[in-house]
Amino acid sequence: MFSYCADPDTLGTFRWFSCYLTNGVHLSFYMSFIKVLLLLFITAPVALAVGFGGAMATRAHLAPVRWLGEGYIAIMRGVPDIAFFLFFVIALDQAFEWTRHQVLCPDWDAPIRQGNDFLVCPAAKLPLSTARESIHQAYSFFLAVITFAIVFGAFAANVLRGGMRAVPHAQLETAAAYGMSRRQTFWRILVPQMWIYALPGLSNLWLILIKATPLLFLLGIEDIVYWAREIGGTKTSRFTDYPHEDWRMWYFLFLLVFYLSFTRVSEILLEKLTLRLSHGQATTGGEALRKEAAA
Amino acid sequence: MKSCIDTIQDYGLRSIGIGERLLPKSDFTLCEQFTLIGSGMIWNIYFGLMALVTGYFLAVTLALGKSASNPWARKPAEWFIFIFRGSPLFIQFFFAYFFFLSLKKSYPMFDMLTSAWAGALIVLFMNTAAYSAEIFYGALRTIPKGDVEAADAYGMSGWPRFRRIVWPTMMRLAWPAYTNEAIFLFHATTLVFFSAFPAWQQRGDALYYASYFADKTFNPFIPYPILAFYFILLTLTVVGVFGVINTRLNRHLPAERRAKMRFRLNLAR
Repeated sequence: MFSYCADPDTLGTFRWFSCYLTNGVHLSFYMSFIKVLLLLFITAPVALAVGFGGAMATRAHLAPVRWLGEGYIAIMRGVPDIAFFLFFVIALDQAFEWTRHQVLCPDWDAPIRQGNDFLVCPAAKLPLSTARESIHQAYSFFLAVITFAIVFGAFAANVLRGGMRAVPHAQLETAAAYGMSRRQTFWRILVPQMWIYALPGLSNLWLILIKATPLLFLLGIEDIVYWAREIGGTKTSRFTDYPHEDWRMWYFLFLLVFYLSFTRVSEILLEKLTLRLSHGQATTGGEALRKEAAA
Repeated sequence: MKSCIDTIQDYGLRSIGIGERLLPKSDFTLCEQFTLIGSGMIWNIYFGLMALVTGYFLAVTLALGKSASNPWARKPAEWFIFIFRGSPLFIQFFFAYFFFLSLKKSYPMFDMLTSAWAGALIVLFMNTAAYSAEIFYGALRTIPKGDVEAADAYGMSGWPRFRRIVWPTMMRLAWPAYTNEAIFLFHATTLVFFSAFPAWQQRGDALYYASYFADKTFNPFIPYPILAFYFILLTLTVVGVFGVINTRLNRHLPAERRAKMRFRLNLAR
């Protein structure tokens, strides 16, 4: 990175570190932080949308749809989430390949499951074996996003359902008295008001989502945990210009601090958001704000 | 073709090193998968139960510390709770493992801390203590002040007041939330062998064996539902046991004022 980095053996401690921390692998390490943030900012809205769908399903008139929503939420309760992560990554991949196989190779007559193998025709492989490395990475990232969205969608659905139930019933009755249809009542009365009730749960969910991001490592993504393990391990001078001992402890300490500050900053921002949304609401928080303004 | 009884004899206690050494390599029967994943549950129950029991005492201490007016007691408790609740358990496992590893290098007597049964247990112990402490702290702040005033009026103070008034009420108020914490602690135990802690001689927990089968057969649709089955069973057991305790904690109250057990899901760490 710097011009004086040409011969690391001669450097003093400070300069040695400034070179060490800006070498190629470290830049990949820093890039993986962006990967984590990207995952968070893509997953959060997707999971929220999935959750909204789930919560809507639990209020449906049609019983099977309602059972689907209830079942989706309930199944996530009893089972560890990391089991779902490990499950969905393989299951989704196979589901996509199986579907493509059915569409693209209708004449293929060999069975797909042969003993311990899952064989689809070459044209149905995802990503194609000829694809570039970046496509492979993007595909596994895409699978990770869907997996996160499914798991956290269930959590969000539960929170949003609670929020919908918390909206005072008189509001809905008033809407009905004004002759609004069910659909109108839902979109114009229920949805705008539910957010403040759902917000504590959603804030909690956001913090949980942040804390779930290291699980990307289990999905085979080269994320911060992967790089911390790789870079931190003992390096001898045979393989690198920057030999060092086992520093993995310090790398993970750094990750620990990163996550602590990330959650703290989020907490502070979410508190501000709660304050803003409380304006004009018929809750104790909104009442406190009203009194403050009046005084 | 072995019968299922033989398989259970061979692999039923495989996760703690009793029985057949070699894991099955191919042609897995349903029975083998059920037995081995069930055998792995021994570790999940061990970690969960031990962490829960030991963590309870630290949690009560931390909750009292956090609500103390003396900053020398309050600040350390607040920081402890913040550090363990604010960072992912997964990273805590990694950090602790590498920390213990370097500790072992300087002081060989810490050898056992790098094995899962001790090292991971310590992390889980501190983690659940922090989460439970926050729950107990919340309960401590909602104890009706009349209860404490009544205790004062009876001339109780210090230890007797805590033992007979504050502590039982705190438990009663915190119990529904604490039940959730216990459930998610059991779920969190599946992380142990997926973080740095090695599964010595392939003695792993339920998820370790489930992913072993999924990797070998490339078919996730059998081992993971088996795992789910075991965990739903475990969750129901926890809910049952905690429900009995809840009934006991609330036995002096009229029926309509009793704390309802509400099962909330919201904790992935």
